[in-house]
Amino acid sequence: MSDTVLVDILVLVLLVCTALVIVRMRGILAAVMLTGIYSFLGASWMLILDAPDVAFTEAAVGAGISTVLMLGTISLIGTQAKEPYRSPWLPLLIVTATGAALVYGTLDMPHYGDPEAPIQVYPRPGYVELVHPDTRDAFHPPGKEGAHPPEMPNVVTAVLASYRGYDTLGETAVIFTAGVAVLLLLTGGRRRKGDRP
Amino acid sequence: METLTGLFNYWIVIVLMMTGFYIAIARGHLVKKVIGLNIFQTSVFLMYITMGKVRGGTAPILKDGVETYTHPLPGVLILTAIVVGVATTAVALALIVRIKESYGTIEEDELAAADREGA
Amino acid sequence: MRENRILRIVAAKLLIPYILLFGLYVQFHGDFGPGGGFQAGVIFAAGCILYGLVFGLAALRRAVSPVVLEVLGAVGVLVFAGTGVATMARGRNFLDYDAFGAHGQHWGILVVEFGVGLAVTAVMLSMFFAFAGRGKGGASG
Repeated sequence: MSDTVLVDILVLVLLVCTALVIVRMRGILAAVMLTGIYSFLGASWMLILDAPDVAFTEAAVGAGISTVLMLGTISLIGTQAKEPYRSPWLPLLIVTATGAALVYGTLDMPHYGDPEAPIQVYPRPGYVELVHPDTRDAFHPPGKEGAHPPEMPNVVTAVLASYRGYDTLGETAVIFTAGVAVLLLLTGGRRRKGDRP
Repeated sequence: METLTGLFNYWIVIVLMMTGFYIAIARGHLVKKVIGLNIFQTSVFLMYITMGKVRGGTAPILKDGVETYTHPLPGVLILTAIVVGVATTAVALALIVRIKESYGTIEEDELAAADREGA
Repeated sequence: MRENRILRIVAAKLLIPYILLFGLYVQFHGDFGPGGGFQAGVIFAAGCILYGLVFGLAALRRAVSPVVLEVLGAVGVLVFAGTGVATMARGRNFLDYDAFGAHGQHWGILVVEFGVGLAVTAVMLSMFFAFAGRGKGGASG
C-alpha cells in the first residue's frame, strides 16, 4: 500500500460526491461553483498521480478560467433552471449500459501502477533518454563519471515543445480561433474605435 | 480481490464519466449540459493520467539519483486536451448567451418548440 | 460596505503583483520545473482578471487595452510559427530546433513557449472582456 493511501481515498470520495451532488443541484450558480471544486479536486488527484504539469494546468484552467467564464455567462442569462421535466429512466438505462460496457473493457487492462504495462515498455524502455537529447550525454557521459545536471529537466515541456512541437502549434491556433469566435459572437464587430467608454 | 485493488481507480473514473454523461443527456438547461460535458472531459483526463502512473515512480522531472519516472507522454497529450477543452467551453458559453438573447429561453424543450413553430 | 471595499482593494493590491510575478516565473522556468506557456498564460490572465473584478472593468480597460490584446494573441501564434519558418530558413525541417546551434533545443523551446504564453494570456483576457462587457453598457466593479 502506498503511503498516501488515506489522501487518495479522501480525494476520490470527494470527487464522486461532488459529481453526484452536481447532478441533483437545481441552482445554476451552485452547480458552477461545484464544477470549480470538481476541477480542483481533479487537479489534486492528478498531482497524486505524479503529473504536476497537468495538475497545474487543470487547476488554473478548470478551476480558474472556466469558472470565471461560466459566472460571466450566468450573470448575463440568469440563474434559475426548470424542474427536470423528463423521466430519468431512459438516461439512467443508457448510462448504466455504457458504464457496464466500459467496466467490461477495463477487465483486460493492466493493473494500476504496473511497471510491466505495455505503455511503459513499448516502443522501448528508456523513453526518457530517447525523447530528451540532453539526457543522452548527461546520463551516459562518454568517459565521464558522475552526471552533470541535464540542461532541461522537465521532460513534459521538452516533449510538448520540441518532440510534439507541431501539435502544440495546432493547439495554439485552436486557442486563438476560439478567442476570435468568442469575440465575433459577443462583440460582433460592432465595436468601433472610440465607440465604447 | 487483486483485480479490485488493481482496477478500482479505473472504475471510479468510469463512475465519474457516467455522471457527467448523465448530466449532459438528462438535463434540459443548456448551461447544465455544458457542465456535464466538462465533468465528462475531466474524468477522461483522469483516466489517461492514471494509465501512465508507475508504482514507486516520481514526477517526470529529471534529477540525479532517481531511478523510476512516471510516463510523461499521457501528460503531454492531456495538457493539449485541457486547453482545447476550455476553448470549446468558452465558445459554447458564448453561443448560449446569444441563444438566450435570440429566443428568450435556455431550456432545451422550449427551444425545440420554438424552432418547430417556425420562429 | 465601505469596509468591505477597502478590504478587497488592500488584499488585491497585495496579491496582484505576486500573481503576475509568479506567472512570469512559471513561464521562464518551465524547463526546470512544472510550468510552461499554458500555465503561465492562464496565471497571468487570472491576475489581470482579479484586478478587473476589484477595481472595475473600466480600470482594467485602461490598464490593458482590448485592441492591443487582440493583436498580441495573433503575435503569439506568429512567434511560434515564425520559429518554425526560421528553422526552415536555416536549412532544416519545420520546427527542428537543432538549426539554432549547440543549445538550439533550449533556445527554441524558450521562444516557442513564450509565444504560447503570449497567445494564451491575450485570448483569455479577450474572452473575459467579451463576456463582462456585454451587459447593459458594461459591468461595473
